[in-house]
Amino acid sequence: MTGAGRVAAPMVEARGVRKSFGRHEVLKGINLTVPTGSVVSLLGPSGSGKSTFLRCINHLETIDGGEIDVAGRLVGYRRQNGKKYELKPAEIAAARRDVGMVFQRFNLFNHLTALENITLAPVLAKGVPKDAAAERARQLLSDVGLADFGGHYPSQLSGGQQQRVAIARALAMDPKLMLFDEPTSALDPELVGDVLDVMRRLAEQGMTMIVVTHEIGFAREVCDSVVFIDDGVVVEEGPPAQVLGNPVHARTRAFLSKVL
Amino acid sequence: MTPTPAVADEPIVRLRHPWRWLAAILILIVLAQIVVYVATTDAFRLDLVAQYFFDQRVLNGVVTTLQLTVLAMLVGVVGGVVLAVMRMSDNGVLRAVAGGFVWVFRGTPVLVQLYLWFYLGTVLPKVTLGVPFGPTLFTASTSDLISPLTAGILGLGLNEAAYMAEIVRGGINSVDRGQSEAAEALGLTPGQTFRRVVLPQAARVIVPPTGNEVITMLKLSSLVTIIGMTDLLGAVQQISARNLQTFPLFEVAALWYLLITSILTVGQGMLERRFARGHRGVGSTLQLAGA
Ligand SMILES: Nc1ncnc2c1ncn2[C@@H]1O[C@H](COP(=O)(O)OP(=O)(O)O)[C@@H](O)[C@H]1O
Ligand SMILES: [Mg+2]
Repeated sequence: MTGAGRVAAPMVEARGVRKSFGRHEVLKGINLTVPTGSVVSLLGPSGSGKSTFLRCINHLETIDGGEIDVAGRLVGYRRQNGKKYELKPAEIAAARRDVGMVFQRFNLFNHLTALENITLAPVLAKGVPKDAAAERARQLLSDVGLADFGGHYPSQLSGGQQQRVAIARALAMDPKLMLFDEPTSALDPELVGDVLDVMRRLAEQGMTMIVVTHEIGFAREVCDSVVFIDDGVVVEEGPPAQVLGNPVHARTRAFLSKVL
Repeated sequence: MTPTPAVADEPIVRLRHPWRWLAAILILIVLAQIVVYVATTDAFRLDLVAQYFFDQRVLNGVVTTLQLTVLAMLVGVVGGVVLAVMRMSDNGVLRAVAGGFVWVFRGTPVLVQLYLWFYLGTVLPKVTLGVPFGPTLFTASTSDLISPLTAGILGLGLNEAAYMAEIVRGGINSVDRGQSEAAEALGLTPGQTFRRVVLPQAARVIVPPTGNEVITMLKLSSLVTIIGMTDLLGAVQQISARNLQTFPLFEVAALWYLLITSILTVGQGMLERRFARGHRGVGSTLQLAGA
């Protein structure tokens, strides 16, 4: 990655991120830099804190220690006079508009059609006129191969279709960064490919992406770097060929031997 | 050639249910007797029932009953949503206030509450609006503010709010956490998330029991006759006090209540189908294409 001409500021910079639930410390000082335009996959055993870390990046969880910058701005706080002031709900909401998130269980709005799922946030949060939002939504639906499904409710779509609508919904906010939390884990095997194809194209278009996944093939082919997390810390990170092909750490090797 | 096995196609004799038939016949006989008795007994005065059914005073009473039901339910639903949100708030004071409200209003008979609202003026002669311990902005006599109608709406509505709070809370809890997380991750504010994502889905769970509450409220609203309101029940009471045709006039009231609750029941079914939108088993465009 060095010398590849990526001089831009990092999209995400996490420094010593700590997070506990009650007395259970889940993140024990995560350090991670995600350069703008790069695609990073987070690997790690179940319960190692991958989802929690992802949720800290868009402030769905409040961190207890350390700090995270997204696009050069501190997550959750405003720095002023040597102090960090907590942001108001409206400010947090505004900051989240730059960060798209795709969930393992899709979380499409069940009472809205695919098209309405996509237009809701642009209209409400950005004040995009309804017609323009619908126009854009139709474009996004056709980009993810679902041009004919705008009028369908989530319950009328397969898991793979729902996940592609969910990706389109996140993209409709024109995010600078996309977070994916095991986007294909809840899918039937034959539907995984369609979702990964959409993500691959997004990566080719230069989107900065952080992807928690067990799809080692995707990590190897699409990602610029692979980060292995275990027990709340980054154990190992580097280019896919190195981390996946020639891991240094024993814990990484043990994990890979199970998923490969 | 292999021999074809014999097909077991003897005629089937269905199990008979003689007791069901006997019970049905007995019930029909009793019903027929009741109908004949009502039709041939002059004391029922079906002629008077027909005459008073569209009497102007009765119709006015029907309108009052409907108004009262709608307004009390409005107070109940809005109050219930507010109470439910308060009970789920992070703010302990709000939670406690909402809990206290529900405790008081569910713990006393609505009849007693109606009396208390109606006689509020005797303990609180003046209602004053102003800065606490500071200047007064507005003063009015309680008896001017609390007419029988307002007492009725407050009594029935606030009591209803206490029950609606539980219904609304159940509805909100039925919506998966992932729904509000997805909305917040998209950059909606907590208020937008609640109004546009959580509440519409909670409605699917809230609407059916609320329909029952409306029907209950319609009947419960007849209690306001005790604070001097001329609703449907009040109207027939007043008429019968003059002409002493008590039974026929209460028949009129019963038929009107039954008619309105029947219409409400049909409406409730239609609303439930409407709010089931987006859930499995509804929608005419179901095409589960593999794509
Ligand atoms: N909201 C929560 N409350 C309490 N514990 C939680 C919560 N979310 C996650 N955890 C715990 O944090 C740990 C890490 O969870 P998670 O980040 O989901 O792991 P991963 O995504 O790597 O499987 C787990 O032990 C989980 O039980
Ligand atoms: Mg997870």
